[in-house]
Amino acid sequence: MLKVSEIEVRYSGVPVIHNVSLEVNRGELVSVVGANGAGKSTLLKAIAGALHPSKGFIQFENQEITHLSTADIVRHGITYVPEARLIFGPLTVHENLELGAYVLDDEGAVKKNLEYVYQLFPRLAERRLQQGGTLSGGEQQMLAIGRGLMSNPKLLMLDEPSLGLMPKLVDEMLEAVAKLKGAGKTILLVEQNVREALELSDRGYVLQTGRTIHQGTGKELLTAEIIKKAFLGL
Amino acid sequence: MIVLDALLQGILMGLLFALVALGLTIIFGMMDIVNFAHGEFLMIGMYTAYWTSLLLHIDPLITLPASAIVGMVLGLASYYWLVKYLLRGPMIAQLFGTFGLMLFLRYLAQFLFGIDYRIVQKGLLVGKSLTVGPFIFDWTKLSAAILSLIAFLLVYLLLHRTKLGKALRATALNREAANYMGIKTERMNALAWMIGGGTVGIAGGLIVNFWYVYPTVGLLFVMIAFASVAMGGFGSIKGAFFAGILIGMIEMLFPVFGHVIGSDFLGPHFKFTLVYFAYFVIVVFRPQGLFGWKH
Repeated sequence: MLKVSEIEVRYSGVPVIHNVSLEVNRGELVSVVGANGAGKSTLLKAIAGALHPSKGFIQFENQEITHLSTADIVRHGITYVPEARLIFGPLTVHENLELGAYVLDDEGAVKKNLEYVYQLFPRLAERRLQQGGTLSGGEQQMLAIGRGLMSNPKLLMLDEPSLGLMPKLVDEMLEAVAKLKGAGKTILLVEQNVREALELSDRGYVLQTGRTIHQGTGKELLTAEIIKKAFLGL
Repeated sequence: MIVLDALLQGILMGLLFALVALGLTIIFGMMDIVNFAHGEFLMIGMYTAYWTSLLLHIDPLITLPASAIVGMVLGLASYYWLVKYLLRGPMIAQLFGTFGLMLFLRYLAQFLFGIDYRIVQKGLLVGKSLTVGPFIFDWTKLSAAILSLIAFLLVYLLLHRTKLGKALRATALNREAANYMGIKTERMNALAWMIGGGTVGIAGGLIVNFWYVYPTVGLLFVMIAFASVAMGGFGSIKGAFFAGILIGMIEMLFPVFGHVIGSDFLGPHFKFTLVYFAYFVIVVFRPQGLFGWKH
């Protein structure tokens, strides 16, 4: 479904990603793990069209999307839930979610997606008329994911959904990701909780200083020596 | 009674000030750019109404759509031909860019129309007034105030009730996030300039009913608009509204103040001193303005 082929991405002239290839198939949950600064967020931003690769190409459903704008890529069915969450603070939870469905013209579909999100995160339903900026960190993350789901994307990209959350909420967030996978969503996940992420994932990629150094199924990676040493502290 | 009268007259003027400030605050909220040419947009709106009513022999109030359209086109043209490129440059380029546009439009008007002071002399409402008990209102000001209130409300509803308006506000709040929602943020910039130009064009069309138009007339009104925007909070629409009215009331109360204390030691030409003093007091105690930024 998504095919990233040998891309190089530069941040103000300096290459951050050197040569990364990655594939996501329909219905899969794929994780990208790696240390801080390995280029994980940059990779997702390049797929989302917020940055453009200087080499290589990105295909989605057999169409090249390498140089499309973010707005067009969202219309192709890829949404990106940023690490910093980027909630519209003064707007209500409900308005934030509505904006997530901006590219949909069908009111009925918007309503259906809204119900789905409220069902997935009942806490958002309770706080629907509260300003987004007044929510707790965990709730804001739920809102960011919910907003990303509102356009019913074919591919959902989650950037560090558990970042900065307390352990109980981390589990809750990963459970939500598992639920989404169970519902048949295709997900590309960047996560710092390497073990939990890989346990959930069908497949994973390990990034180090802008290169893919390892890939395999979630289980394979969990037992791989290099990952045990670098991330799991075993 | 005289105070109440001044307050009412002040609200009428204030509604117009609010409409002038509206475009300025929307554009600032959207892209953190102060449009120095805003007063010149107003001046062009005034000339548009003046010339259309004179050449087509119609009442200046009916020329409002023309002022609105000219304002919108001016806003769009400024965005696509100038501001879009300024955004790529440093902050200082953005500052001088719209300043240059101000000078260009001002002297273009001087070149085309000369420096004469012109005023609408004929019109359904010109010179007529409405008496309500002890109060006398000029019909031109009254209708201008009502129409500017309507224009303000329509823009407010556009921004808060429609999908397009919500997308515009979302872009103002967080451009990056708006991008991830699939909002074409550059179009939202253009829309902000279109609304900004259109509303100030309408304000010009309303003001020309009771005020002279000349190439530098924008300065007077835009200084008040700057004060309104800073008082209300940069990018705040509610702020522009209430600060505009507040300024209108202060302006009208000033001569009354002299009257009440029985000495006119400060002539009416000092009235704006009080306006800017009020602005000074507000930003000293509430630097973010009455309503805070970008609400």
